[in-house]
Amino acid sequence: MKIGRVAGTVVSTINSPVFDGRRLLLVDLLTATGEPAGGYVIAIDVVDAGPGETVLVLDEGNSARQVLEEPNGPVRAVVVGIVDELTIDGRRLL
Amino acid sequence: MQLGRVVGTVVATTAYRGLEGVPLLIVQPLERDLTPRGRPLVAADGVAMAGPGELVYFVASREASLALPVTFVPVDHAIVGIVDAVDGGGP
Repeated sequence: MKIGRVAGTVVSTINSPVFDGRRLLLVDLLTATGEPAGGYVIAIDVVDAGPGETVLVLDEGNSARQVLEEPNGPVRAVVVGIVDELTIDGRRLL
Repeated sequence: MQLGRVVGTVVATTAYRGLEGVPLLIVQPLERDLTPRGRPLVAADGVAMAGPGELVYFVASREASLALPVTFVPVDHAIVGIVDAVDGGGP
């Protein structure tokens, strides 16, 4: 999984069925030490993460389909957690 | 899944089995702030409604083949939604 920060939301009405009624977040990917990693993903939100929150992103299709219970959904990234605390080498980063 | 903008179309009458009738569009991948990133690519239109200039989001690899009515057609990128609005994505 990856760490990211919610940068915004994506609104879409014409889309594959798997996205219907689901919230799409724009998530900036972070390195493990919390710095921007340069990339972003569009991810389905299943934990009601808000803008600016640090989140856990599942960025792998099979797991995403399992979480969403959509065996044939063309989806890859899902926000599956909100990070409260991030500690590395004893240093608390978040 | 990434943002992209439809910049063209591809017509391929001779194509691999399963690709008949699949709309193929040229998509320019975008950064989060909607500026171009990398080279354009050819994506199957999974919603069959994306027009030129439209902002879309697309998936790659296996997910792309799941985006079409007939699954496991050999495509590596597919549009899975048309973007109405991106808040927080603009410059």
